[in-house]
Amino acid sequence: MSPVPMSKTLNGRRESMIALHKKMLREAWQLRGQIFSIAMVVATGVMSVITMRGSYDTLVQAQADYYRDMRFADVWSSLVRAPQSLTASIEKIPGVSAVDTRVSFQATLDLDEEGVPARGLFISLPEFGRPVLNDIVIKSGRYVAAGGYDEVIISDNFASARGLRPGDSVTAILNGRVRELNIVGVAISPEQSYVVPPSSLFPDDERYGIFWMSREVLGPAYEMDGAFNEVFVRLSLHANELAVIKQMDALLGPFGGLGAYGREDQQSHVIMQGELDQNRIMGSVIPAIFLLVAVFLLHLVLGRLISTQRGEIAVLKAFGYSDREVGGHFLGFALAAVALGAVLGCSGGYYLGQLYVDLYGQYFDFPNLEYRLSLPLLLIAVSTCMFGAASGAMLAVKKAIDLPPAEAMRPEAPVKFQSGFFERLGIGNWLSSSGRMILRNVERKPVQGLLSSLGVAMSVAILTIGMFMFDGVTYLMDLQFQSIQREDLTVSFDEIVNDSVQYDLENLPGVTHVETFRYSMGRFLYGHREEEVAIQGMEPESRLRRIVNGDGNALPVPTEGVVISGLLAKRLGVVAGEKVRIEMLEGNRRKTEIEVVGVVDDFMGVSAYMSKQALGELTRETSAVSGAYLLIEDDVINSLSQELKEAPIIASVVSPTLMLESFEKQMEESLFIGVGFLLGFAGVIAVGVIYNGARISLSERGRELASLRVMGFHRREVTNLLLGEQALITIVAIPIGWLIGYWLAYLVSQSLETDLYRIPFVMNKRTYFISAATVIVAAIASGLIVKRRLDNFKIVDVLKTRE
Amino acid sequence: MPDAVTGQKCPCQVEVVLELKETSAESFEPDSSRELILSARKLCKVYGKGDIEVHALRDVDLDLYAGEMAVLLGASGSGKSTLLNIIGGLDVASSGDVYYRQQNLSGFNDRELTNYRRHSIGFVFQFYNLISSLTARENVALVTDIADSPMPTDEALELVGLKDRMDHFPAELSGGEQQRVAIARAIAKKPKILLCDEPTGALDADTGRLVLSVLDEVNRRTDTTTAIITHNAAIGRLGDTVIRMSSGQIVETVRNESRANVEDIEW
Repeated sequence: MSPVPMSKTLNGRRESMIALHKKMLREAWQLRGQIFSIAMVVATGVMSVITMRGSYDTLVQAQADYYRDMRFADVWSSLVRAPQSLTASIEKIPGVSAVDTRVSFQATLDLDEEGVPARGLFISLPEFGRPVLNDIVIKSGRYVAAGGYDEVIISDNFASARGLRPGDSVTAILNGRVRELNIVGVAISPEQSYVVPPSSLFPDDERYGIFWMSREVLGPAYEMDGAFNEVFVRLSLHANELAVIKQMDALLGPFGGLGAYGREDQQSHVIMQGELDQNRIMGSVIPAIFLLVAVFLLHLVLGRLISTQRGEIAVLKAFGYSDREVGGHFLGFALAAVALGAVLGCSGGYYLGQLYVDLYGQYFDFPNLEYRLSLPLLLIAVSTCMFGAASGAMLAVKKAIDLPPAEAMRPEAPVKFQSGFFERLGIGNWLSSSGRMILRNVERKPVQGLLSSLGVAMSVAILTIGMFMFDGVTYLMDLQFQSIQREDLTVSFDEIVNDSVQYDLENLPGVTHVETFRYSMGRFLYGHREEEVAIQGMEPESRLRRIVNGDGNALPVPTEGVVISGLLAKRLGVVAGEKVRIEMLEGNRRKTEIEVVGVVDDFMGVSAYMSKQALGELTRETSAVSGAYLLIEDDVINSLSQELKEAPIIASVVSPTLMLESFEKQMEESLFIGVGFLLGFAGVIAVGVIYNGARISLSERGRELASLRVMGFHRREVTNLLLGEQALITIVAIPIGWLIGYWLAYLVSQSLETDLYRIPFVMNKRTYFISAATVIVAAIASGLIVKRRLDNFKIVDVLKTRE
Repeated sequence: MPDAVTGQKCPCQVEVVLELKETSAESFEPDSSRELILSARKLCKVYGKGDIEVHALRDVDLDLYAGEMAVLLGASGSGKSTLLNIIGGLDVASSGDVYYRQQNLSGFNDRELTNYRRHSIGFVFQFYNLISSLTARENVALVTDIADSPMPTDEALELVGLKDRMDHFPAELSGGEQQRVAIARAIAKKPKILLCDEPTGALDADTGRLVLSVLDEVNRRTDTTTAIITHNAAIGRLGDTVIRMSSGQIVETVRNESRANVEDIEW
């Protein structure tokens, strides 16, 4: 007999492979619901990585570019007044590679409006050329011209909030003199990325802006010709920052130096870094959880899906398909789901990433802030999902191909059931037959049930942790604006004034109560550690400002010693009852020892509190005050603001209510995107687990359910039985999810500890409720989809198949 | 008794005129001496459409009487399972009527069909179809829980000789025992009609005889109308009536003078 021609076998092989492909395509179409739900899990996993991690990477890169291009300084110092000639000495400090100086002042704007007056920080620009350090980026208009004495460049946020543009003019009161200024440009600067008015916690772009003017104008206006009140340096590569700071302090001390500080203490940088750190944690932790969940689900769901194909695998093997071909065939399902998910996730992630970066762009004025899709990131996300899908699929295929075909074609040995743990406890006695079936099915495969519960629990956990962020911040805000800051207005003075100002303020119409305070910069030293901090001197019986612990309990203002923030105590390694050394950075720059009489677990800023009297003694300025807290009558805010605006000594007037409003607006926006994303993802996970679980159960137990229909069980009863198992899995999942979410939230609250704020670890009932409700809704939705399938169930067809 | 001739035209009627003549019309006149439980008239079942139409039943008439044991004989594909499924309310006919007592099943919706199965019909299948997560007793209880006036669970299991194995799960029972549980489950609701589709098909001869003797015993003791589908001609001797099916039609209906004993049947 002549051998079969090679071409014929090859053709035959090709045809059979085509048949196998056709089988896959058709079955993929039949399983489209399940494949789509798996693809959605992949999509959200990939999307979370691309959106959150991708936007973080974009921000970090934009920040680095920005700092480099603008020659962002390394060390800053403010002082009262020093001659320009001092720069030569600063340049000589080892490690300093460049020095620049300028003058800057707070001034009131006269914008012909009612309410709290707008303020500006006026910063000098060199008359010729650009600043050596801390340059600005002109976004529209132009730089100030040489000799342009009435020209001003304003900050972008202020311009946008006020609708101002080059060509417009503003009136400012510079050192008591009214000046009409022409806006020639709108600019941003890395120093002013996040502009917060003095004594405020949040940006207030409507009422506070940055104004850059020629030093030739600003210097003389404030009697600072040939002098400066701000200096900053750039460090060489291996410079010792601390040593430079020490030497700068020594040089600037006699000129009223307020203490040099590095970038890590520069307000805008700190806030930006805090946001970036938060973004890094959220951009790593959340996508990692999402991705892990996706991998886990892919493994679980695809594994179960393929297990139901045991008979088919055996038949294919019996026909002579190799293990590799069979494996490849089923891997195709996994690949199809992952590929679809990757495409959806990639496009969704790209879109959301832009949205995220745009949102950040409102707070960080990075030039060229544009979301860039990172290919390596995409590859990591997709290959991780691929791994989950392939491992689940392959494990199930391997189980089937390891059996000899004849054995695999036979039905699986009858499953052995027994009364489980719960029934032995006696629960079985009050369960109906359906209840027992549900319980035993779950108990028979406890690992599978537990894993499914874990999958659903992850979606509960993701929601819990997401909602926790808002709970924490809301708690923080309530504490800040209801327990700590109880004044209607905070007034800060340009410089310290005599405490008799209290009577002047009390005599203003509409003012019902005044408490003055003193702020003074000090350096705390304990062992080899040191921290610079603003010390707040409060009235002993202060009603308007209080020292409040995280639990809401107020601490009395100490008559002696100092109460410090928990974070400061932690950084210094000091506990209550110990003494720290303190160096005052203002006035007589006294150095002494002081007892830490209390540590307050506060969440905002890093503070030190003393009685006004004690702080006065420390600075040897017993009757000096820096500002005042006012309680006012309801309807006087506008007239009072007008009056305060006219007082030259007042640097800023802040209303906590407006502060809270601006904060709430900011929260709403991030809440909308953040919670929307989390709800979506949690929903997708829950549906992915529950829908697939129910579908697979339906295919595994179709015969059983058909038998029940034959016996006269109604559709609803059979549906309840099928979905009961999924309901049980969901119910078990909810407390597990809460627990995981609680634990993750704790980790996040611990890792989000910045100078600006700490997130209190509190969780509202609403969070528990929403996280559970979302998953329950997703479960019900999945159930309804499966119910439709069950309603179209052909009893006879199912029973025709052998067991 | 409703009018048997509805005038409805079966799509296959024209093709089978000749064959119809072979079947004596008189044999379908109801026997007024016995109580008629179920009757089917001009049942047709067509699967698919157009070129791929398959006629599973062609103008079938059938009467089942109270307490009788009917055996439906036929080769695979003769339409006997389709007929059983339709009279059992598991499937609906393409045309024709099924009357259960005075009610026409053709007009029943899903809920009414479910109630019909729930209260009036017991099914026994070739592959037992027990719920693997429930014990023998619980499998039976599944039905007694929802039936109107069922017999006690234990009694049903005693009837099939499985009183001692009541608390075993299906996986712990032999094939014959599983089938007996299935029978107990089917009769526990005290159905008017017990429909058995190849009840011995998956069993060896000895076990098959055991199962048949249980069915025989149940039929005699409970007076439940029983229809057994089988391709095994020997089993025909067990019935009061033997109905032969071929190509979707009933080709012969024979009344046995007396029912044979199960022990006397060989295959």
